[in-house]
Amino acid sequence: MAFEPLLTRNIHKENPASIATYMASGGYQGLARVLKEFTPEAFVEEVKNSGLRGRGGAGFPCGVKWGFLPKGLDKPRYLCVNADESEPGTFKDRLLIEKDPHLVLEGIIASAYAIRCNQAFFYIRGEFHGPCRTFERAVEEARAKGFLGKNILGSGFDLDLIVYRGAGAYICGEETALLESLEGKRGLPRIKPPFPALIGLYGCPTIINNVETLANVTLIAERGATWYAGIGRPKNTGPKLFCLSGHVKRPGVFEAPLGIPLLELIHEHAGGMMHPDRPLKAAVPGGSSMKILPAANCDVLMDFDSLAAAGTSLGSAGGFVMDTSVCIVDALLNLARFYAHESCGQCTPCREGTGWFVKILTRLENGDGQPGDIDLLAEVASRVEGNTICPFGEAIAWPVQSYVAAFRDEFEAHVTQSTCPLGAAAGRS
Amino acid sequence: MSLPVRPETDRQIDALLTRFPRKGSALLPALYLIQGEKGHIPEAAMEYVAGKIGVSPAFVMGVVTFYTMFRRAPIGRHHIQVCMTLPCALRGAGGVMKHLEKRLGIRRGQTTPDGRITLSAVECLGTCDTAPMCQINEDDHGHLDAKTVDAILERLQ
Ligand SMILES: Cc1cc2nc3c(=O)[nH]c(=O)nc-3n(C[C@H](O)[C@H](O)[C@H](O)COP(=O)(O)O)c2cc1C
Ligand code: SF4
Ligand code: FES
Repeated sequence: MAFEPLLTRNIHKENPASIATYMASGGYQGLARVLKEFTPEAFVEEVKNSGLRGRGGAGFPCGVKWGFLPKGLDKPRYLCVNADESEPGTFKDRLLIEKDPHLVLEGIIASAYAIRCNQAFFYIRGEFHGPCRTFERAVEEARAKGFLGKNILGSGFDLDLIVYRGAGAYICGEETALLESLEGKRGLPRIKPPFPALIGLYGCPTIINNVETLANVTLIAERGATWYAGIGRPKNTGPKLFCLSGHVKRPGVFEAPLGIPLLELIHEHAGGMMHPDRPLKAAVPGGSSMKILPAANCDVLMDFDSLAAAGTSLGSAGGFVMDTSVCIVDALLNLARFYAHESCGQCTPCREGTGWFVKILTRLENGDGQPGDIDLLAEVASRVEGNTICPFGEAIAWPVQSYVAAFRDEFEAHVTQSTCPLGAAAGRS
Repeated sequence: MSLPVRPETDRQIDALLTRFPRKGSALLPALYLIQGEKGHIPEAAMEYVAGKIGVSPAFVMGVVTFYTMFRRAPIGRHHIQVCMTLPCALRGAGGVMKHLEKRLGIRRGQTTPDGRITLSAVECLGTCDTAPMCQINEDDHGHLDAKTVDAILERLQ
């Protein structure tokens, strides 16, 4: 059965971002249905029943997270939309924001209704200048039509939405760093617990959801949990946006049900490898923080549980592909530099560990590696993992551990030959 | 005392103070307004905005230095930011950067002597499908090679 595009159904239309285009194909009818037919609590249940898992990276069940909000507490509740999209290899939220902002907005409004929130925030990375303007225009259109503001569609439900621009810091995608940033501070992650559902923005109960998660809420609002749960695989339900970049012919964002084979994404959706004479060497299925799969292990299904069983994660589905021309040490060095630059510096293992990785990998790549260096990499990684305030520690420990484990011979060759066997250092900049 | 910003910017910042449930949230948007007016955020403006929001100037300095998009010194008329992160690197970001350095006669992190262009190396800009790519001022340019880079430089005055 051919898969009907759901999240990308509007992106090829003329003026895809305008509210007229969106409403011409039934847009905002899902919201109207929710406001009319569901109590907030009933819609939380509906989203639970859909099985929708968060698309921001951790795959936590969306309705379950909403259910953690405390009952009967006399404090405002906030919904913060995570549009920070900074995980290297990830560019799917951007597509939704630029090409179908109302699909996202409708989900935000329905979700805010479900969690009884009257003030939502849209935290978008500062570098997304164009997407931010598009989204702000969409917000104005929605306000003019009465989908935002007071007494939305006569339901008595009020919602205000503030678009807030980040200013260049990968760590602000981590949900508690995002809250700090929204409060006008440096984006330093908070110690959890307490979780944001109890003590979040301004000390109030707060839900943070990814852009794509909320676009999926729109689909559930339109067609219901039972229909939604029929897409994908058990416990891994719904459509998904998969990013693929690197050495494929046609890099891009591809929509498919959760559970599509990685090799199908590479060879059919992305048109196969870029150079016919350079086969696949490795793929990272979930964004730069996730573990690498050597080619021999790439026969996997792209969903949360299948990838966990394969020893990696779906993460943000920011997949990238490397062919046989790539030096793995050089690739890891590139990532180590990224993480060293982006560490917020609060935790010693993360701040110092990322610096160590850069130093050791630089000397390996330059042919100055020493015999103990490879074990040292793995050892430092094991000391970072699990010993930090936020999961950024794992986000660098996992690549280091997995690149070394899967390509140990290649690391060794850098030491024994006192040079990069592929000569990557020369081409690097 | 004269304001370190234009009256219009001052009014916009005042409006921000009541836009959020807490005043503190006005800081990042206020810093953007200041940078929009001046091209960077001078120390006098940090003190001024600290006073508006009710935090110390040192706190504002901490915020300004934490976020890479806030600048404490002026830059060139055009800012070319080349993404150097792995997905872009796999498709030749290094060569694009080298070409730019050669054409402009400067290294990354520097500004041309005539003040026309500042060249920076940055991390993933969330557009890896167009790799290798760069952002110039507020626009993204993808699928770069020596030829497209030359054509872009031609247009930047
Ligand atoms: C270092 C780090 C960076 C993150 N960056 C993002 C991001 O850019 N976008 C995002 O939605 N989630 C990001 N997350 C995940 C968020 O913390 C959070 O789990 C997510 O926004 C929750 O939304 P969801 O439940 O809808 O997936 C990041 C997490 C970490 C540890
Ligand atoms: S793990 Fe790293 S990024 Fe996260 S809080 Fe600690 S130092 Fe900051
Ligand atoms: S790696 Fe360059 S835009 Fe993502």
